[in-house]
Parts: sequence; C-alpha cells; structure tokens
Amino acid sequence: MPTVNNALTDLTIAAARDGLDKGDFTSKELTEAHIAAVEAARDLNAFITETPELALKRAKASDERRAKGKAASGMDGIPIAVKDLYCTEGVETTAGSHILGGFTPPYESTVTQNLRDAGAVMLGKTNMDEFAMGSANITSYHGNVINPWKLDDGKDRVPGGSSGGSAAAVAGHLALGGAGSDTGGSIRQPASFSGIVGMKPTYGRCSRWGMVAFASSLDQAGPMTRSVEDAAIMLQSMVSYDAKDSTSVDQPIPDFAAALTGDIKGLKVGVPKEYRLDGMPGEIETLWQQGIDWLKDAGAEPVEISLPHTKYALPTYYIVAPAEASSNLARYDGVRYGLRVPGDSLDEMYENTRGEGFGAEVRRRIMIGTYVLSAGYYDAYYVKAMKLRTLILQEFQQAFEGVDVMLTPTAPSPAFAIGEKMDDPVQMYLNDVFTVPASMAGLPAISVPGGLSDEGLPLGLHLITKPFDEETLFRVGGVLEEAANFTAQPSYLGGAS
Amino acid sequence: MDKATVNNIAKLARIKVSDAETESLAGELTNIFDWIEQLNEVNTDNVEPMTSVVAMAMPSRVDEVNDGDDAERVLKNAPDRPADGSSFYAVPKVVE
Repeated sequence: MPTVNNALTDLTIAAARDGLDKGDFTSKELTEAHIAAVEAARDLNAFITETPELALKRAKASDERRAKGKAASGMDGIPIAVKDLYCTEGVETTAGSHILGGFTPPYESTVTQNLRDAGAVMLGKTNMDEFAMGSANITSYHGNVINPWKLDDGKDRVPGGSSGGSAAAVAGHLALGGAGSDTGGSIRQPASFSGIVGMKPTYGRCSRWGMVAFASSLDQAGPMTRSVEDAAIMLQSMVSYDAKDSTSVDQPIPDFAAALTGDIKGLKVGVPKEYRLDGMPGEIETLWQQGIDWLKDAGAEPVEISLPHTKYALPTYYIVAPAEASSNLARYDGVRYGLRVPGDSLDEMYENTRGEGFGAEVRRRIMIGTYVLSAGYYDAYYVKAMKLRTLILQEFQQAFEGVDVMLTPTAPSPAFAIGEKMDDPVQMYLNDVFTVPASMAGLPAISVPGGLSDEGLPLGLHLITKPFDEETLFRVGGVLEEAANFTAQPSYLGGAS
Repeated sequence: MDKATVNNIAKLARIKVSDAETESLAGELTNIFDWIEQLNEVNTDNVEPMTSVVAMAMPSRVDEVNDGDDAERVLKNAPDRPADGSSFYAVPKVVE
C-alpha cells in the first residue's frame, strides 16, 4: 500500500496553486501524492480508468512551464478527476456503459481540452451512472461507487449521482477537483451527498462538444471542488465559446473568482415556498432556515416567492430527458464503435447489441423516450412537456425581476445506503426534485455544504441565479460557505483511514 | 401499459427485451406514466412549446470542408472491418 502524503492531498486548489507558485512543492510531488491516494482508495470504486503515467507526464510539463515563469492558469499542475463522459484522446471512455466498452476516442472534448490547455493534470476517468442516468451511482456497468462518508452502522452509502465517482474522488481527497456534468442535478445532488461544492453554469457556458450526450438541451459541464473559490477557479478553465457546439453561447467571460467579495449587502434572496415539500425531513427544513438566517445576517434580504409550477418540473423532465436520450442513444448500434453482439440480420444485431449493451435504467429511459415521441403520443407527452418547460422558464424570469438569487435545499435527504430506494424508479427520481427546475430553465446553480444531518451525513444548500450571472452565484455561495464553516470530514480520506 | 405495448416500444427502440423483463417493465412504465399524468392538471392551451432555453440566434458558418480524408481515424474503433482491410465497416448481410 503506497503512503499518502496528506499534507498535499488535503489542500484546496487555491492553496495548491499558491504552494506551486512559491515553490513549496512541485506538480510532480502533488500528482504523486494523489496517485498514491487513488491507488489506496480503490475500494471506493471512484475511478473506471486510472491514468498515472499520463498524469506524471503532464505534471512534468507543468513544472517545466512554471520554472520558466509561464504557468498557464490557476489550474496549472493541479491533479483532477474527469468524469468518464468526457471524450479524452487516447484514453478509453465508457460513460459507465458496457455498450461503449473499448471505445478510445481519437479526439479530446472541448472542456477537457480547455482543462489540458490550462495545465490541469488528469488522474483518471471517474465512475458514473450509465450515460449519466441515475442519482445514486448504482447503474454503472463498472459497479457502485462508495461514498467516503460512513457512519458506524457498517452500511456503505451512495455518493449520489450521476457524477458520483468525481464526487467521491473530491470528497475522499483523491483529487483536488473533479469535472462533472449535470443534466437534472448530476453535479449538485452528489455534491450535497458527499459534502463538497458542485456547480452547474448557465446552459451554453461550457461546450458540450465531445461530452457523451444524454439530454442535449439540459446537459452542462461543471466543477466539483472542496471550496466555492476552487469551483470559480476550475470553472474559469472549463468555459469557452465553441463553434463546434451550436448551443455554445458567445458571452463575455468574467473573472469568476474575483466575484467572491464577501459583500452581499442589500441582495434580495428569493425563498420559493413551493420547495417546502410534504414529508420533507425536519433536518432539511432546519438547515434551509439556517441558510436564510446566515444570508440575512450578512446583510441580504430574504423574500418569500412563489413558483407554482415547481412540482411539475420533475415529471416534465421525465418526458424531455428520456425523449432526447432515446434520440441521442440511437447512435449505439454496434456498427462503428463499442460493443457488437452478433445477430442473424442487421436488425437482430442492433437489438442484441442494445439489449445486452445497455443496463436496465438506460433501457427503461430509452423506452420512455421512444414512447413519448411515437406517433399518437407526441402531442400528449412531448409537446405538453415543452409547453410546461416554457411555463417553468417564464415563472423563473418573473421571479428574478424581484430577487437576485434563490436559496433552496439541494436534495430532499442525505446520502442513503446502497440498496435503498431501488424498488421504485419514481422514488429514486425524487432525489432531483430541487435541482431539476433550474435545469429545465438553463439557470446556473451551486450546491454548498451547509451542515450535517442528525446522523452525521452532509447536507447541501442550493443557490440559483439568473442566466449568465455566475458571479452573484459565487459571491453568495462564498458567504454561505463562510457562515456554514463546514469543517467536518468524511471518515475515509485519501485512502489514509 | 400492457406487455404488447412494451414489446412494440422495444421493437421501435431496437432493444431486445426478455419475456420476464417485459412483465416488470409494463409495471414500472405504468407507474411512471401514472405519475407523469399530473401534468394534465396544467392548462397549456395558449402556451408556446419551448424551442431553446437561451434566447439566441442559431449560429451559421461558411459551408466549406474543414476536415476529412481521415478514414483510418474514423474507423479506429470499428468492431468489424472487411478482411481485405479496405476502409469500410462490416455488418451482417442486409440484401439477399
């Protein structure tokens, strides 16, 4: 078992950057410490593919740049984990699915190329729910991911999903940051379950080019880190306008970290009353109220607002996302890449390949999508959902005329044990009840650790702002983080426990 | 949603589903669509369906070749290719 240098794996990205700049340590040393942590923590199953040689090569190049005084960015030399949904040149990319087994992209996604150009050091590709469909990281072909947060009841808990591998890697101090992706909450909900920061920018900020598609009108890349400042630093190296993605938005890119001024005096914080669900655990309600009080103490003004269509966002999502998935996943036919299961005819080959290559949840969602798009049902389901989506967007737009930011819980519960909530798909889908509405409206949102549940598991608070106002999101997130002073650590750190 | 409907959707989606799974899928999909039915409570008669979440004009570019002539890279991940090594994907015979 390699020895883990916790002095290096416990750092934030900002502190590691400063240490590298001052010459306290090299990226090679930082990277070696994290490679050791990754190897020592294999029982978390956070990584599908480890890339230690590649990481050391990139760390060496980073040290050479820095020695010449030419660090590429605040991410130069920083070891990160990359969700296995980003196509990475020469490194197998599976999206957690059997059907992509053996697929090695000859190209790099725009977001991971941006991170490479910024000097970030990829440690490997992280586990995830198959094709990002799940809220517990229990649908991966490569097995369940274990949350580094444990209680003394001997049960393994889920890290949330779908970016569960990146969440576990960051929470367990195996990487300083993680690239995730969020379709309905897949960055924010695992961040809440794992006690870290997870941020989804405005739809269009990050290019989707080279990301394995789930639901194209919702998919968005984002950072998963151990501080709000780190999320701002990492996001800076992920965003770009990209002509290769027709939904990429050509907007000025601000200095995100500079937005963390700590000053939120006079900001209006919307508290949507419809997020107060029947049967919501008292600890979630208490933390939410605590969050409102923290922002009020910092000089912001809480305002109760109403978003009456909130409860329809999740069922609307379960039409829109599967519909888009059924179209996007039609490309997996066994002809050009990945798994092929032979058949006597071309159709039989398709059916065999897709029957065997897709897991149960993906098959289920493709079938929902196929049904809602099929002749005779298209208007009743798909068009209806797109009309609901208009109403949800308009409702947010109206509410943001009166407030600067909204505060809600991130998830309706803390992390649950592996095996729970598995019998009924709808129960599992409810994990994303607070994160899906912002996704439906393309809005930026962040989950910040707020405190611990009665049992001692992390709970997140969730902020939403107007389109392209990530600066307010980071500013308020920073204030929330400071007030919460979340210093609790998972029992399992850097493979050291 | 009955087994015949599930089998029809599976056929449309080109996914082979076992008999046992057809049975459980019929139940699960029925539950999911029962839950989705609540959308009918909302009157959407005069609402335009959303086409884009961010109001923006679709970008256009000059229609010119900027890539290509790279068959080996395209075929790199092919599960099967003709025995003579030519630049095609091989699939089961389609035309008798």
